[in-house]
Amino acid sequence: MTFSAQLEERFAKILASYPEGRRRSAVVPLLIYAQDETGAVTPELIAEVAKRCEVAPLQVDEVVGYYSMLHRKPQGKYHVQVCTNISCMLVGGTELYEHAMKKLGIGHKQVTSDGQFSLEEVECMGACSWAPAVEINYDFHHYVTPEKLDQLIDAVRKHS
Amino acid sequence: MPTKLYNEPSPLETKVLSKRFGLENSHILDVYLANDGFKAFLKAHQMTPAQIIDEVKASALRGRGGAGFPTGLKWSFVPRTSPKPKYIVINADESEPGTCKDRLLMEYDPYQMIEGILIAGLAMDSHKGYLYIRGEYRYLIDHMDRVIAEAYARGYLGKNIAGTGFDFDLYTHSGAGAYECGEETALLDSLEGKRGIPRMKPPFPAVAGAWASPTLLNNVETFSAIPPIIRDGGAAFAALGTPKNGGTRLLCISGHVNKPGVYELPLGYPMLKAIYEVAGGIPGGKKLKAVVPGGSSCPLLKADECDIPMDYDTLAKIGSMLGSGGMVVLDETTDMVKFALRIMRFYAHESCGWCIPCREGTTWLKKILTRFDEGGGRHDDVALLGELSKNMLGRTFCALGDAAAMPTISIVDKFAEDFEKRLMVAV
Repeated sequence: MTFSAQLEERFAKILASYPEGRRRSAVVPLLIYAQDETGAVTPELIAEVAKRCEVAPLQVDEVVGYYSMLHRKPQGKYHVQVCTNISCMLVGGTELYEHAMKKLGIGHKQVTSDGQFSLEEVECMGACSWAPAVEINYDFHHYVTPEKLDQLIDAVRKHS
Repeated sequence: MPTKLYNEPSPLETKVLSKRFGLENSHILDVYLANDGFKAFLKAHQMTPAQIIDEVKASALRGRGGAGFPTGLKWSFVPRTSPKPKYIVINADESEPGTCKDRLLMEYDPYQMIEGILIAGLAMDSHKGYLYIRGEYRYLIDHMDRVIAEAYARGYLGKNIAGTGFDFDLYTHSGAGAYECGEETALLDSLEGKRGIPRMKPPFPAVAGAWASPTLLNNVETFSAIPPIIRDGGAAFAALGTPKNGGTRLLCISGHVNKPGVYELPLGYPMLKAIYEVAGGIPGGKKLKAVVPGGSSCPLLKADECDIPMDYDTLAKIGSMLGSGGMVVLDETTDMVKFALRIMRFYAHESCGWCIPCREGTTWLKKILTRFDEGGGRHDDVALLGELSKNMLGRTFCALGDAAAMPTISIVDKFAEDFEKRLMVAV
């Protein structure tokens, strides 16, 4: 498999950062960074990461199911993550998530038919004092209201 | 990268760790150097390792990740003279619901944390560190990669740091979504490329941690507290807090308050003052119902238990914990059944499945609470929830089982009337 030059550079740096003979340590970082380019953790990606980390493909496969951010099927181009954990829940996070379901017409871990959006009800993402919080791909949004979420989604939609 | 502060600071704060927050370009080396940066490292370089550790002990600093273990003591457990390489692992897996402070320390003052890591390196004779950042904080991983690159380019990481002859390499390592990896031994398994499953202790990480080598693990905030301790002396830091509870900490206030935010307050700060003055009180003049004192793993306090100073020992004395600094405020309208259910949904989702009491316990607690919330509550459910939770306590490799059980026990004990009320409605 080939990746962008930028990602290859990152991979080289990561693989060199662990002690001699400990390339297995790079499994999770390689998977999560690669997933952003490939769209999902495919069997080919698992084989590639196994080769680069010098472990059996099964040793890569078994971690994929463990980490919630690694996924075997492609998500939407924009992955909308709404936190409903306690701090967010107390200030409207649950209602915000329900609003997001209606707005996008999809439920938890589903993708819109045009592949543009996916939705996930997520656990605490570390924005408790600025709740409710939403992360779209890797961008944090704080103090999100249903109106603000509409604006964020509409802006992205116009953009794409 | 850092733009504006996420919340207005409070005039009631004691700014030690956060004193550079809000300065323009506070994350840049030159700004750090112009504001006391690396003075502590240069001072520590003139000290013996034992003197450094003694200074940390004198500060009465306790681990800010949640357990509150005395930092100086933890440092003294790492065998400095071991022939194996010694590693420093920084826990930036901030995932405890209610907690959002390590983000700020890395975003606004990354060099303070790096300086703390380097001082630990001097004390342990360690030359390699891994900064384990949760995957959701990708912007911070990219940010820290840029900061680390600048530090290398300017001679504050790598070989011969600041001309002292001391070498240290620091790397970021991305997590990928797992609360369990905040537990230190699960974090080490994750760092080694495996599923994040807790290890049997002993051996403790200080003796056999990352790649079976001696390893010092501390939270981002703990490392960030080291430069002020070395620079101004452990005694000065200790004096900010109360006996055995040194210094200040970043308190993350969330929930039903007018001014939620992260505020730096001394240990022993009155809880009610934090709620009503620092965080501006409860919206709409509503009454206080309960407080989660330090992240969702802590037993909840009823309103009449909250007139206390916030230090580790006082919280322990009343059967709770100061935890990770995530204080969640609940007003009188909060439905405690829904609250308990949301907490349990979290733990059931995050249980790694290694220990049966945790895996099965969280699943069944979630099922019972869900049924209760949906109107199918039974008269003996409160007793059942309490009994199930108590059977989880102390029966698992790591603290996640306890973390799920403790808030549940406190809720069914202290807010049984909320369950009774829901039962009446259901019937």
